[in-house]
Amino acid sequence: MIGQTVWTAVKVALALGFGMNMAGLLAWLERKQSAISQDRIGANRAAILGVSAWGLFNQIADALKGLTKENWVPPQGRPRLHALAPAISLGFSLFCLSALPFGGVVHVAGRLWSLQPLESSFGLPLVLCFLSLGVHGVVMAGYASGSNYGLLGGLRAAAQMISYEVCLAVSLAGCAFIYGTLDLQQAVLWQGRLLGGWLPAWGIVVQPAAFLLFLAAGAAVTKRAPFDVPEGESEIVGYFVEYSGMKFLMFLITDFIESIVIAGLIVTLFLGGWQIPWVTLTGALGGVLMLAAFSAKLLLVLLLLMQIRWTLPRFRFDQVLDLGWKNILPLAMLNFIVTVWGVLLWRLR
Amino acid sequence: MAATVATVRRPERTLATRIYLIEVFRGLVVTTRHLLVNLYRHARRALGLGGPAGAVTIQYPEDPARLGARARTRHRLLKRDDGSPRCTACLLCETICPARCIRITAEDSPVEVVEKRAKTFQIDLGLCVFCGYCAEACPVDAIHMDANKVELSTYTRADLIWDMAELMDDKPKRPSLPSLHP
Ligand code: SF4
Ligand code: SF4
Repeated sequence: MIGQTVWTAVKVALALGFGMNMAGLLAWLERKQSAISQDRIGANRAAILGVSAWGLFNQIADALKGLTKENWVPPQGRPRLHALAPAISLGFSLFCLSALPFGGVVHVAGRLWSLQPLESSFGLPLVLCFLSLGVHGVVMAGYASGSNYGLLGGLRAAAQMISYEVCLAVSLAGCAFIYGTLDLQQAVLWQGRLLGGWLPAWGIVVQPAAFLLFLAAGAAVTKRAPFDVPEGESEIVGYFVEYSGMKFLMFLITDFIESIVIAGLIVTLFLGGWQIPWVTLTGALGGVLMLAAFSAKLLLVLLLLMQIRWTLPRFRFDQVLDLGWKNILPLAMLNFIVTVWGVLLWRLR
Repeated sequence: MAATVATVRRPERTLATRIYLIEVFRGLVVTTRHLLVNLYRHARRALGLGGPAGAVTIQYPEDPARLGARARTRHRLLKRDDGSPRCTACLLCETICPARCIRITAEDSPVEVVEKRAKTFQIDLGLCVFCGYCAEACPVDAIHMDANKVELSTYTRADLIWDMAELMDDKPKRPSLPSLHP
């Protein structure tokens, strides 16, 4: 029992470390990928002893700068809420991260080791709930700033995130129905089977429409371009206008962690999770391969999300809401209905 | 020069573009192509194989700034063939200057052909907006903005004031060193 608790704690700590480092790496990736797709070089000036490592050290410079900058709270703001808001945003997104199945269950040294940090039989709704709880941090940030621009940004963010949470959940309903479970680990195991003896039954094969809908809704929930209306860099109506230093960076890190969570959900539910098709993974080596496969797929999805972010122009706010309520949500519902009837007719066959 | 009118045809909004998914995909193809091509070029250059550059970036302080052929840069006062300044102290440039950053005092000219000449001529580059009106206004073509120097920053405002000898390249500009007590 104690051993189990310690193991869970270790796994959660590792998952959080993975998330935070991944966020730093994503910041680098974002800079470099955008730069190279736009025929630029990208940040390359921060160097340690003359070595700049393709701009990798810029992230360290950013963190140091964030830590040493003035921690400023607007005089008309609410200092305690102001400090609490980024912590809430970051905390909830980190929780989601530790509920993802990074690997399956492996049998090593006479024991079963589960590689999913937080195991839960209703992991899917849990992740979605905690993802949407993050909106509290965002609204709180706008409210605690005591600035109208911050408040407007917070309200926009709330409207956008809540609209797309609905789309997110509805687009996943079909998957949950097919897999017959809300447990993320079980969902991955279901995708291990082969259709017709050769095609892996990944979610993207059995639910292609849901994949596209979830991708769009997921990009919107992470509040990143083309859905970055809440940040509103160009018109400066963002929920974090009144934030500086590390608190501001925490919101940025939250966006990156949320991207990782969305990418992780895509991998888990649509790309077969940690499974490698046609290969059975067992033992310690299997565990390592599971983690490697999950990370590789995660990185691919993140690259795709990043490329989308640097391809599309930003939507207007009304377009954002139109897309969510008038297009993605009805399509997701339609997809769910078709899925239910399809599965029913398949069973009655 | 006759004006040419180019009519740009607006792309039509067909059902395919309104669905947007195909357009997203086409956009992704463009950005990804740039990404891959540039990555390949960067890799080739890193391996010493040469080929076109993967980026158009000018690494400015190391590489010199590239100025356009008609760029307006620091002023230059021109001389006649005999080495005397061309300026006749007509004050047209001082008058037209919107930033009022030119200060000229005149004196009698020793040569017969011109009446006056500049005794002192100062331009405060800290105020100058580099509009080029002074060069445009000068009736005797005495002032140009083609020194092609853009690195003009100094540690004090006073150092931004250039005098006549400095503008004629007779005397090099020596800005003061940084000090703790400006
Ligand atoms: S460039 Fe314009 S602002 Fe500068 S000195 Fe000439 S007239 Fe004045
Ligand atoms: S307009 Fe030309 S000639 Fe007249 S004062 Fe200025 S520089 Fe001298």
